[in-house]
Amino acid sequence: MSDIEQRVKKIVVEQLGANEADVKNASSFVDDLGADSLDTVELVMALEEEFDCEIPDEEAEKITTVQLAIDYINTNLK
Amino acid sequence: MSNILEGQIALVTGASRGIGAAIAQELGKQGATVIGTATTSGGAENINTSLKAANIKGLGLALDVNDGAQIEAVLAEIASKFGDVTILVNNAGITRDTLLMRMKAEDWDAVISTNLTSVFRMSQAVLRPMMKARTGRIISISSVVGHMGNAGQTNYAAAKAGMAGFTKSLAAEVGSRNITVNCVAPGFIDTDMTVELPAAIKTKMLENVPLGRLGNVNEIAATVAFLASPSAAYITGETIHVNGGMYSA
Repeated sequence: MSDIEQRVKKIVVEQLGANEADVKNASSFVDDLGADSLDTVELVMALEEEFDCEIPDEEAEKITTVQLAIDYINTNLK
Repeated sequence: MSNILEGQIALVTGASRGIGAAIAQELGKQGATVIGTATTSGGAENINTSLKAANIKGLGLALDVNDGAQIEAVLAEIASKFGDVTILVNNAGITRDTLLMRMKAEDWDAVISTNLTSVFRMSQAVLRPMMKARTGRIISISSVVGHMGNAGQTNYAAAKAGMAGFTKSLAAEVGSRNITVNCVAPGFIDTDMTVELPAAIKTKMLENVPLGRLGNVNEIAATVAFLASPSAAYITGETIHVNGGMYSA
């Protein structure tokens, strides 16, 4: 597992109070991990903090799964 | 001294005098750590002195609620010294009364910014730690004028009415995080702000107060302390009117 993947999953576990085993790359925050709209906002803010970046709202909306979060960080932070 | 608010960190804006000072004292009396802000460092020093005199843990800080950077700095200082804010009281406010025909854009902007935009800024700034902690209280001091209107105060009334809408909306947003958001709407209270009103207006206003007197700042502070307390946990999105009967919602 890449470093970014690990950090993203750790945040997802912390923010959503999910079991580590349930957090798979394909997991959808809302459908699989039970996040509500406020959770997803908090999640994006936690990602911004962890990776010291700003994710615009229109991009944040598209980050709906663990893999999409990893992809976003990979593409935008290197 | 009671200890209902023991362990709570309360931030009260505009706490150097009037209603804000009374709120700071009351929350402190109930056991909270109290940080009071004032626009000037002299005002902050006064808050410090009066908190110390009452044996309340906390401090006074200078803060212009129109300045986002200052708000961030103040919250960082509070977090490092005492911990994250758990009770926010948006009390800072100004008036620039004049009839609309004579009102300058600056009078409008200053009142909206200090009385309403500050509520947005302050609430947003304290919200994240509250959400993480799954608890919090945001209490804004509005005014009866925001609900019944008052000639000469279009700017002030608009700002105070805006608070009520803000409060209802934010209450809906953060209820799932066990954060309550409410307003206390004072009527005609004996403070420096009401002393400025012409005597004729004062007499006329009192005619419309069934209890026939001005309110006392402590009567507002007690309502705020109640909303901050665990007893008020199921009240959110609400405005509590404290006005001697001059207006009821």
